[in-house]
Amino acid sequence: MSELENKLIEKAKILLENGEVKRVVGWKKGEFYHDPSPATFETADGLKEFVYNDFCGANLSKYLIDINKKEGKTAVFLKPCDTYSFNQLVKEHRIDRENFYVIGTECHGKLDNRKLLAAGVDGVTDEKYVGDEVKFSTIYGDKTLKKGEAILERCLTCKGKKFMVSDDTVVIDETEDEVSDRFSKVAELEKMTADERFKFWQSQLSKCIRCNACRNVCPACSCVKCVFDNPQSGIAAKANDDAFEEQLFHVIRAFHVSGRCTDCGECSRVCPQSIPLHLLNRKFIKDIDSLYGEFKAGEVAEGKTPLTQFDTDDVDPNAAADAIK
Amino acid sequence: MIKISRDKLNGALAKIARSCDLFLPVKKAGEVNYGKFDENAEVSLDTLKTVKSAKDFFFPQSETMMKFKLSGKNIEIEDIRKQPEPFVIFGVRGCDYRSFSILDNVFLQEPVDTFYKARRDAATIVTLACNKPETSCFCKAFGIDAAEPQGDATGWLDEKYLYLNANTEKGEKLLETVGEFSQPDDGKAVEELKKTTREITAKLPYSNIDLSRFKPENLNELFNLPVWNELSEACLGCGTCTFVCPTCQCFDIREFKTDTGVNRFRCWDSCMYSDFTQMAAANSRTTQMQRYRQRFMHKLVYYPSQYGGTYSCVGCGRCVNKCPQHLNILKVIKKIGGRKDD
Repeated sequence: MSELENKLIEKAKILLENGEVKRVVGWKKGEFYHDPSPATFETADGLKEFVYNDFCGANLSKYLIDINKKEGKTAVFLKPCDTYSFNQLVKEHRIDRENFYVIGTECHGKLDNRKLLAAGVDGVTDEKYVGDEVKFSTIYGDKTLKKGEAILERCLTCKGKKFMVSDDTVVIDETEDEVSDRFSKVAELEKMTADERFKFWQSQLSKCIRCNACRNVCPACSCVKCVFDNPQSGIAAKANDDAFEEQLFHVIRAFHVSGRCTDCGECSRVCPQSIPLHLLNRKFIKDIDSLYGEFKAGEVAEGKTPLTQFDTDDVDPNAAADAIK
Repeated sequence: MIKISRDKLNGALAKIARSCDLFLPVKKAGEVNYGKFDENAEVSLDTLKTVKSAKDFFFPQSETMMKFKLSGKNIEIEDIRKQPEPFVIFGVRGCDYRSFSILDNVFLQEPVDTFYKARRDAATIVTLACNKPETSCFCKAFGIDAAEPQGDATGWLDEKYLYLNANTEKGEKLLETVGEFSQPDDGKAVEELKKTTREITAKLPYSNIDLSRFKPENLNELFNLPVWNELSEACLGCGTCTFVCPTCQCFDIREFKTDTGVNRFRCWDSCMYSDFTQMAAANSRTTQMQRYRQRFMHKLVYYPSQYGGTYSCVGCGRCVNKCPQHLNILKVIKKIGGRKDD
């Protein structure tokens, strides 16, 4: 057990025992080392199963929408990028700030199981970040990978170690990690011709199996009932149809979350076909930045956002269309 | 038994593809799924698990079933079924091959699903033994031998050769087709391959997972276990597990209006979805716990009680690898399987 995990458990224990919170939301041990699941803990005894390791990639903010309806205060462990989602949910009145005790939790990038399997790292029993490497113990022996080859895509372009909201923090190692520009891939796509770009997205999106994992995990997709699930909407779409997936579903979703997407990267993390869905959202973020000035959804929990206010000085829609072409 | 050297493999596959459609694991936009062979296809026979299973060949994700044309007060029904052309599926692993018989139990019993049966009859299936099963594999728990899957013909791959053995008449015909690319083999290398695979499989952590408690007579007891709440807590209600699963067989039938009439289609459905099995009022399972429980009770209790004790899981481990929040059938079996003290 790591020092960090110990500290988190200690914190959770105190909060539960002194009655300050009714429950703690964190991660629970899985069958392997690499498969922890989000979980709620209501007793100090239950914390035996608590785990925090570099496979705890899940953003816990989305679960708070349901937990918000429960009685009593909830403590939640949020990584820096998860705190953006928390703020955004507060701003959209999907959760109430006072119902939660936010514990900012150290993160130095989370591991991507699929990258590990592809690199032949299977059956992980322990792991440690050492400099720019990750050292794995597995049931088949020890393995070492470069960190950049092992962590989630979103972590390669980490937004930083600062917590946008917190009542308390647990950080032992304060060093910043080296990151690359999160818009470079978008810029690459922009440089393509329209045909090339269409081809890129067509080949990616035709893999879609309409499992809805991207939508269901997305903290910005917080509709009580999605139109595509509602038989009464007239546009419920259960069938998987290439043309629809390629041209409508994901684009509609990206429009719907634009200006609200915090770029938490959960959509791409969960996609069973590894479609780089975050690039659609990042294109919107990049455009909003260039047209309205730099804006990060979820940086704060109050105030208007570029797409929810109008100013007479706002960029002309036609000029804007030209500017982002 | 025959063998084809790896450098002649593409030629052999092209020869098959000249006589009929050939489907096999193909890499596209970074992921390996079953796809049609052509000269530009990036064939990936060494990939252990395709993202989607092989069930699509017989039970596609979406298909039109019939069309209705409206003229005045008359409705004309257009039967669009036609006998599919013969086709070959190459590289089906033992787990996916077993899934076909699980689907057969459902679709080929009376009344026979003619859409499914026509495709089933048209297929020649070449299976492929696994060389290095992963930690997430547990086919052995369901009596599947990853080292020697069946099918019309069975294949084994090593670094130099693909070895093929015919099991049926269809399989023999296929092997004749690739005769010019092959040479006879004494089967010794295959025996070695089988031995290695079986050794790896025996050591996998879930090869001997205890399923003893999942019996039809325990239905009520298992259904009412409080542990389902904890097991399902993090479930997002997405359909990933059901759509990558080779044995999930639920579908929905719906219609949509076109300019000239109405098309009736069916598509995969997921018991994880809130709009699954809409009854007169709504989905009778109102919470995600109930939907989650349904999926595993179906695989491990309801299905076996209907089909002579056969579980509706083949241990392919796709759900283990793909669930966004790492919930999966292994966790369910481990938690409930042989234990009595909950």
